[in-house]
Amino acid sequence: MKKLVSLLLAAAMLALVVPVFTGCSSDKTLNLLNWGDYLEPSLKDEFKRRTGITIKEKVVTSNEEMMIQLQADDCPYDLCIPSDYAIERMIGEGRLAKIDFSSLKNYGNIGEAYRNLAYDPTNEYSVPYTWGVLGVLYNKTMVDESDLGHWNILWNEKYSQEIYMYDSVRDAMAAALIYCGYDINTDNADEIKRAADALIEQKPLVKAYLTDDVKDSMIQGSGALALVYSGDAVWCMQENEDLGFFVPEEGSNIYFDSIVITATSSKKEMAEQFIDFLLEPEIAAKNIEFIGYSSANTKVLDILGEEWANNTAYNIPEEIVKKSVIYRDLGDKIDIYNAQWDRIFK
Amino acid sequence: MKRTRLAYPYIFVWMPLFIVAPMLFVAYYAFFDNGTFTTEYVKQVFSSTTYLPALWNSIWIALATTAVCLLAGYPVAYILSNMKKRTAALLSILFIMPMWMNMLLRTLAWKIILYDDGIVATVLSWFGATNVQLIYTPGAVLIATIYDFLPFMILPIYTTLIKIDRSHIEAAHDLGANGLNTFLRVVLPQSVPGIISGITMVFVPAMSTFAVSTMLGGKKIVLFGQLIEEKFLINKSFGVGSTLSLVLIILVIISMVIMRRADRDEGREGGTLW
Repeated sequence: MKKLVSLLLAAAMLALVVPVFTGCSSDKTLNLLNWGDYLEPSLKDEFKRRTGITIKEKVVTSNEEMMIQLQADDCPYDLCIPSDYAIERMIGEGRLAKIDFSSLKNYGNIGEAYRNLAYDPTNEYSVPYTWGVLGVLYNKTMVDESDLGHWNILWNEKYSQEIYMYDSVRDAMAAALIYCGYDINTDNADEIKRAADALIEQKPLVKAYLTDDVKDSMIQGSGALALVYSGDAVWCMQENEDLGFFVPEEGSNIYFDSIVITATSSKKEMAEQFIDFLLEPEIAAKNIEFIGYSSANTKVLDILGEEWANNTAYNIPEEIVKKSVIYRDLGDKIDIYNAQWDRIFK
Repeated sequence: MKRTRLAYPYIFVWMPLFIVAPMLFVAYYAFFDNGTFTTEYVKQVFSSTTYLPALWNSIWIALATTAVCLLAGYPVAYILSNMKKRTAALLSILFIMPMWMNMLLRTLAWKIILYDDGIVATVLSWFGATNVQLIYTPGAVLIATIYDFLPFMILPIYTTLIKIDRSHIEAAHDLGANGLNTFLRVVLPQSVPGIISGITMVFVPAMSTFAVSTMLGGKKIVLFGQLIEEKFLINKSFGVGSTLSLVLIILVIISMVIMRRADRDEGREGGTLW
């Protein structure tokens, strides 16, 4: 009898464990690996209403995390929205499926400028979602206008303990590399080290290194300056009128977030259906209104209207785009960055 | 038929699957790179001065947490143990109740409390202390860690204290010992197993904590657990991450052996929780 009980208990334990690994494989569900606040919530309901397909979102805070998730052989995700250099890496590693562009009726809405970009030169694996530039969000009530315009504002002692840095290797290092006069894709160990030195020098001025929390902190007015993506700046400026955004004259990083389908997905057609849905002008506009990042969809600005067209954090001027550099996948050289990055926080 | 049979599912399913296997994976990743043996990661961890400060941060946060929890928790447990059973039961529920809520949510609450325009800053500003930086400081991490782990100190001490035979205390009084002497020579020695259990239950998890410092530290203070998380999730460096985990596991085992020894030296059957 006791033996039976223990056997039953063992079976029960296994029974508890197994569904955890298989629970997501329902036929009418797409698993999306996404950033926080990066899909207008009601769009999921709308898509489900039209197609019966449920979108399940898992949120991460960095491209690095996305890359790791996709490296698993049993990766449960069908769709993912990584940035340029991560896509380049994912394509190289064979983690992505080729998209059937003929099934995307609305693909024509994507502007020419956003096709065949360096990370997906043959335009086979990714559909542009949003784009933007790295810049500085500032609180007009705390920052002198004469200090604006350059990266050195993030090293200005006047704003000690009022500066938020973005807790992401590539972005924080990009700001420091440009500040030191180097290329943001450099693999020169000396240059990377000097940029890290600059960040170490800056550390006493920094209030905190955050990711998504930067937005709330700036909206609540508890910091003067923050290194942010232009899309986050749009969001913050909508919430707090005291906030402004500028892209330093020295140039910056331009990023493209694109939707990709994973190589492990068994629901490619459903995934393509969702991508096509997101490309519809009305849907895309509603989505952008929520997330605030610049859209690669040319129809969106017509719908959003003048207010958005005049917002330089959304409708980023041509001359800034020209001065901005896209991140390239650094391969193993990223280890140099990581080692230097660790040095900042010891 | 022995009762121990009931433990079989735990011993043969749970332990191998969720305790032994992960540990083996950690050891494997620390010493093997694509199937070949390597000491590269160990060298990298011990030759670099980058990782030691985080370890030091973790150790002092854990030590400070344990000390404060003990100093604050013991009197609470003592007072509880001297109360009427019903009142004590009711009050101890109040101490356990916060644990019904997810730790991350409680930490989030601390974030709001310690925020720049939070309640603490507001109260301080009434007394003229403006621009006090509370959140994103080591102090914030320490406060939340203490708050999270305090019940783990109070409960084991409380359970040992209520098990102390009242007649010992009465005898001490009868033999002329005053209150302080009775406490120091009768109650305190008998509660040592509870203290040791409490210290272990606070120190060990506090050593490896990382969620609290991620949320409240703003990376101005980086703990060892955070470093491990970052190695795995951000840097994709499973080798270094595993080696760091091994270092932490070994430190935890050492501290538990020390506690166990202290417990055994005391030589009493205690009301320990584990």
